[in-house]
Amino acid sequence: MGNYRVVHYLNQFFGQIGGEEKANISLRVLDKPVGPGNAFNNALGESTEIVSTIICGDSFFNEHKDEVQAEIKEVLQDIKPDLVIAGPAFNAGRYGMACGGVAEVASGLDIPVISGIYPENPGYDMYKQFAYFVETSNSAAGMRTALPDMVNLVKNYIEKDGDLGLPEKEGYLPRGIRRNTFVENRGSKRAVDMLIAKLNDKDFKTEYPMPDFDRVDPVEELKDIENATIALVTSGGIVPKGNPDHIESSSASKYGKYSIEDIYEMDKLTHETAHGGYDPVYANEDPNCVLPVDVLRDLENEGKIGKLHKYYYSTVGNGTSVANAKAYAKKIAKDLLEDGVQAVILTST
Amino acid sequence: MVKEIERAGIPVVHIATVVPISKTVGANRIIPAIAIPHPLGDPNLAKQKQKEIRKELVLKALEALQTPIDSQTVF
Repeated sequence: MGNYRVVHYLNQFFGQIGGEEKANISLRVLDKPVGPGNAFNNALGESTEIVSTIICGDSFFNEHKDEVQAEIKEVLQDIKPDLVIAGPAFNAGRYGMACGGVAEVASGLDIPVISGIYPENPGYDMYKQFAYFVETSNSAAGMRTALPDMVNLVKNYIEKDGDLGLPEKEGYLPRGIRRNTFVENRGSKRAVDMLIAKLNDKDFKTEYPMPDFDRVDPVEELKDIENATIALVTSGGIVPKGNPDHIESSSASKYGKYSIEDIYEMDKLTHETAHGGYDPVYANEDPNCVLPVDVLRDLENEGKIGKLHKYYYSTVGNGTSVANAKAYAKKIAKDLLEDGVQAVILTST
Repeated sequence: MVKEIERAGIPVVHIATVVPISKTVGANRIIPAIAIPHPLGDPNLAKQKQKEIRKELVLKALEALQTPIDSQTVF
């Protein structure tokens, strides 16, 4: 028996319950390591033990966040672990949000959390102050390196009694936390040194990176909607049946532009989803529940909107890199402007 | 994607279930949806009823597009 007790959080997939069809399972607790937890448990050594594993479906967690967090709080209060390991979540958005959500609860109970995540995962930015996130690759293929990296951090954390050093030295992603520290040179000298290095085109390192505030101000509201052309864009992967452009089910390398001229509603015989990051049963049965062509046609006929644009655009938002999504949307926007579209409804799963 | 479309000067409304993600990606007009695998439908309901709910959500989205805002807003 170990003396350092760890609780591990996993989603339905790594918790070995099932794939997307099980993403809606509620929270459950097992008193043993599961899946990657076994490898963690072995690598952590004898004095550290995963005593329980919390498993929850990714969709369920995100759709019932408050309820699940309350349950996790109860579980953690009951088990009183010394540390929580969450994930790793890689670039799975819902899983990353769940690991972060677990960290938020644990942090409130003063229980440290170590997790693994791809920096573009929204869960990192949202919850970075609540956990020590090890940087992982964007897909589960990176488990081989994520696991030892996380184990090292756990071991270091235990060894240093929680007093970890700077992120890059210890191998975790910045948490946006500032701490007082003693350095050799005073601030004015360090600043001048940096400036001289900069002027000489030499490497220098800022001590306070500016946060990345990439925000776009809201565009002025749409006027004269009765005469406006409105376009549909989706990251939910709705494509013509057979997926003619072969948009990938995850990490999509492209988007599709498809005509909906003369289409009055999405039909399961003609359209389906290419998305691999959610249970496709519902979208395949009725694609309108992701791409609401049917009601927009009705609204068009009722004169509530001018026109539904004759093309819709679709990609798969599943582990897709921010840079790619940005590039697609840029091209799509250019297209839409050229076609005189005045507003966009973008749906995401 | 929402951000880039908005950057191009087109008003855009984001219908999404996980509102915190929508906020993180920088959507300005946000409509909370029904569920992740079926944002604009509820398979527990009859087809006609589903369509009514979908229409309500889309009308809300159109309302949002016509509403002046100066920061991220969940409608």
